[in-house]
Amino acid sequence: MYTTPDGEEVFIIDGHTHFWDGSPENQKNIHGKQFIDCFYGYHSSLSPKDKLWTREQFAKYSADKMYHDLFVDGPDDMAIVQSTYLKDFYKNGFNTIERNHEMAQGQPGRFIVNGAYDPRDGEEALEYIHFLKETYDVKGVKLYTAEWKGESRGWKLTDPNSYRCLELCQKLGITNVHIHKGPTIIPLDKDAFDVHDVDHVATDFQGLNFIIEHCGLPRLDDFCWIAVQETNVYGGLAVALPFIHSRPRYFAEVISELLFWVGEDKLLFGSDYAIWTPRWLVEKFWNFEIPEDIKQEHGVDLTKEAKRKILGLNAARLYNIDVEAQKVRLKNSPLAVAAE
Amino acid sequence: MGAMDNTPIGGDTRVAALWDGLSRVMDPELDESIVDLGFVTDVSLDAAGRVDVGFRLPTYWCSPNFAFLMVDDIARELARLPFVREVHPKLHDHMASDEVNRGAHLGLSFAETFSAFEVSGTLEDLRETFHRKAFQRRQEAVILGLRRAGWSNAAIVSADLATLDRVVLEDEEAARQKPRYRELLLARALASTPSDRAFVTLEGAPLTEVTLPAHMRALRAVRINMEANGALCRGLLDARYGEAPAPEVPAHEPDHAAHACGGGGKACCGGCARQVSAFQPTAAPDL
Repeated sequence: MYTTPDGEEVFIIDGHTHFWDGSPENQKNIHGKQFIDCFYGYHSSLSPKDKLWTREQFAKYSADKMYHDLFVDGPDDMAIVQSTYLKDFYKNGFNTIERNHEMAQGQPGRFIVNGAYDPRDGEEALEYIHFLKETYDVKGVKLYTAEWKGESRGWKLTDPNSYRCLELCQKLGITNVHIHKGPTIIPLDKDAFDVHDVDHVATDFQGLNFIIEHCGLPRLDDFCWIAVQETNVYGGLAVALPFIHSRPRYFAEVISELLFWVGEDKLLFGSDYAIWTPRWLVEKFWNFEIPEDIKQEHGVDLTKEAKRKILGLNAARLYNIDVEAQKVRLKNSPLAVAAE
Repeated sequence: MGAMDNTPIGGDTRVAALWDGLSRVMDPELDESIVDLGFVTDVSLDAAGRVDVGFRLPTYWCSPNFAFLMVDDIARELARLPFVREVHPKLHDHMASDEVNRGAHLGLSFAETFSAFEVSGTLEDLRETFHRKAFQRRQEAVILGLRRAGWSNAAIVSADLATLDRVVLEDEEAARQKPRYRELLLARALASTPSDRAFVTLEGAPLTEVTLPAHMRALRAVRINMEANGALCRGLLDARYGEAPAPEVPAHEPDHAAHACGGGGKACCGGCARQVSAFQPTAAPDL
């Protein structure tokens, strides 16, 4: 729970977190090393100096540290954990659903663990989606269209195998499809950041919600255009939000564009933990005001109501969380966190 | 001269011409010079006219196709200089360094370069995507400059190429972008004679006072996206190579209006639309 300077309590759902193992022991090859190094680049270039971790801390952290950073030091009430396998880079995967599920067990009621699949697996992908539903009752998945697999360097949401997977998700009620459209890993030959495939699947799968992580930041303009037309397309703010510290003016312009085109009902806060920690992000976001000239130019405002929606209420709606009931439940089951 | 193969010749003039050529190579995604972005680490010229260019990117994962476009453009741009015989761009620290360097050396196409992987098509569509975005960003800068100079929407939409050529823009970014905008306007055959409209859509349709506001909103989205990407790329490059770490900027500094990035003076990110000083290339350490 975040308590504002005015004493108001704001319910926070962190829409994008990870529990990864990028340690040298788990790295399979140079790509594994470069992947976690790249994450660290994001961490170090956009974090406030007093929030910097060492490379060692960053590569692998304990479940207790995660609980502490999110729920004790941090203001999160709940967090969505995204699974990212990357088995071509990491011996045991970067963060598989097994690893995430085990971590989440330590704090009942706090985590929503999402699955992941790779449509290039064909029939096996369909079987795996059944397994995710039956074993973990997942409500969402995180897809990396850019993930390497053998000699393939990426896929599109509109590929026939992908359509079959999305059909199955819709049928099983795995309704929230988070799609990584953003920096870091990229397909080889395609326009790495093209978001147009989202447009097609959003039209064809009205029973699914598509949450575009990082708002397709390298293609924010294209993303905005798609989100205007598709009622079931949402934007995740991870990567865009940390600009609030180092480049507040850019952040003001980016959030203004998003508010204008996408709207306050369709944006989700996410810390991208452990790339960033939620406390400073939430504090700065709550206290942020769009400069007057940008407000005028764009004709938008970031009101308290908008902030409440972005920080938690929008995600609660997507994941069918009754916020008032959840508050009571969390109050009655205090955190069990080991001393740091 | 044979014994001095690795010694730069022709003095500073030729090396300066090489840097000048490199500064015309753009990061396609950002429409900014790879020299200004700090991507070029070193340039050398030997007695036989061989040029070696060291080149790096903000992350190991930056798109290989973007990297390939840049390496291709480096070779093309420098080969125009009369004293250049061979160009050897060398991409460092990248997942596709080996392939890109080999492809550049042998003059291979993108598909040939990556023939070991499943690649499809050419990069021409990608080039076109970036050209369109560059056109939009440059056009917006010029129109904003005209507005700041007091031009009405009516005057802007009716201006012709001759008028555009005559006008002197005070706004620094608009003045920088004007010739670059003109270049793309002509290259895309959207204007050719002095009486042709100076401001049209990408499809060549004229703008009107009614359509201009929505048109400008679309251009603004392109610019904001590019500026945010530029800031991200610079930050990642700094984080990776530890040069000129991004300065801490107060949340609401008084002169923020001067810089889109939120910085002012020395705190400017260097990549925003109101960039003040150009990057001065210096000798970079071996990578």
